[in-house]
Amino acid sequence: MKYDVVVIGGGPAGLAAALAAREKGAKKVVILERDRHLGGILQQCIHNGFGLHYFGEELTGPEYAQLFINQLKDSDIEVKLETMVLSVTKHKEVVAVNVVDGYFVIQANAIVLAMGCRERTRGALNIAGTRPAGVMPAGSAQYIVNMMGHVPGREVVILGSGDIGLIMARRMAWEGAHVKMVVELMSYSGGLARNVAQCLDDNDIPLVFNHTVVEIHGHDRLEGITIAKVDENRKPIEKTFEYVACDTLLLSVGLIPENEISIEAEVMLDPITKGAIVDETRQTNISGIFACGNVLHVHDLVDNVSVESEIAGEYAAIFNKDEEQSKHIKIIPSEGVRYCVPQMIRQDNKKDVDIYFRVEDIIKPAFINIDADSMSIKKKKKRIVTPGEMEKMTVKADEISKASDRITISIKGKQ
Amino acid sequence: MNIICTSCPVGCRMTIIENNDGSIEVDGNVCKRGEKYAIDEFSDPKRMVTSSIFVDGGNHVLVSVKTDNPIQKGLVNKAFAQIKKMRVKAPINIGDIIIDHILGTDVNVVATRKISAL
Repeated sequence: MKYDVVVIGGGPAGLAAALAAREKGAKKVVILERDRHLGGILQQCIHNGFGLHYFGEELTGPEYAQLFINQLKDSDIEVKLETMVLSVTKHKEVVAVNVVDGYFVIQANAIVLAMGCRERTRGALNIAGTRPAGVMPAGSAQYIVNMMGHVPGREVVILGSGDIGLIMARRMAWEGAHVKMVVELMSYSGGLARNVAQCLDDNDIPLVFNHTVVEIHGHDRLEGITIAKVDENRKPIEKTFEYVACDTLLLSVGLIPENEISIEAEVMLDPITKGAIVDETRQTNISGIFACGNVLHVHDLVDNVSVESEIAGEYAAIFNKDEEQSKHIKIIPSEGVRYCVPQMIRQDNKKDVDIYFRVEDIIKPAFINIDADSMSIKKKKKRIVTPGEMEKMTVKADEISKASDRITISIKGKQ
Repeated sequence: MNIICTSCPVGCRMTIIENNDGSIEVDGNVCKRGEKYAIDEFSDPKRMVTSSIFVDGGNHVLVSVKTDNPIQKGLVNKAFAQIKKMRVKAPINIGDIIIDHILGTDVNVVATRKISAL
């Protein structure tokens, strides 16, 4: 089997990438999706708030997905559902399996990695205690409630105030559960400000900062947890230990890009984002392999995923393996900046480039500075920046051309 | 009153001041939508309600639904209780009305996912 563009994953990233690739002239495009439906996690995100930027209207997750799925149905893009990709090689062979085709290998001209991310679990946190039922990632609970129609508990505590934790706090409260509190390790919420307002304040759910869960109690079913205040090094303070009775603990403690098959293809990962290192076309170090969406870096907004994935899809469509690859200018996150995507720009780039980045800490007001080599090319003041909300700066093509080998982004509280 | 604007992800932190003459001033918003949100939130707060309902004979067990417009905040729990009592039959298209004029308001509950009949 030969395809021009193989898209791995049929969530928002894969859908946008496949449509953009076909639009840009790739003739044979296929999406390989392991679930039995397209749309990915959007299908379980039944709350609204999606699409304000991309479509200019507020949609629920399933509606947002359907707008792309409808376009796909009008196209000749192939979709293989319930298909598991087993491996990808640097020679762009995709090995997959499903019940219809069995085990099969596709030779791709270009590949778009769009596998999304998965949730960090209790195991990643090393919380002491027993292993009862009732401790689960918030996104799994979201699936149980919104896709299966069951409520997984009655007395609920949520650890982590990322967006999924906040959304699930409201969902569980609406479903009749008693959400006792959301416990947050940091001194600020990792989620969007509007979710703190809409999900917690509306339902009188307390948000407890600088606290964590230190022990889990219960034999068959969770009976309670011990929470503790943490010091400036985020270590629990023993004299603050407090028992909280509950039958359910939801964990909203981070997402990890699902890059096992990328690693096998020798795609280099960024140690901070845990996603591929890409240039402005979203091409990885392996020519012809592109990455986009949450497998590249975890986004706050699906709208940004769609925009990013269209870039990846377009460049995957026009990828020519016989063309010599350009050298790169590095984009370096400096003072106050945790990471940026893309991590590099091709020297022969002729377009304006949007650089997405996350800050290390809350700064208000914040002064963003972008340097080409060591010369400042752009400054911007923002009233507030927070690690929970991704920032974007557009660098113009002529500004990029002033850099010989690096562009640096930094952020400070003073000018 | 201090509130966070929920109109978009920027999440402006706004202050609402009610003057002696009854007029309302909004500070801290960066756009017009923020001002409107603040005034609405002060005088008549409203919320969207989203949920999911069991489906008989469909390719999925549940269909997701939403109110097609925000409803008064005080009615959210009642609306939710009524939605939860529903059970519907496949097929369903996005936008199909599941509950007409919920609680006597001008707001309908509509499907947000397409469900095919088995």
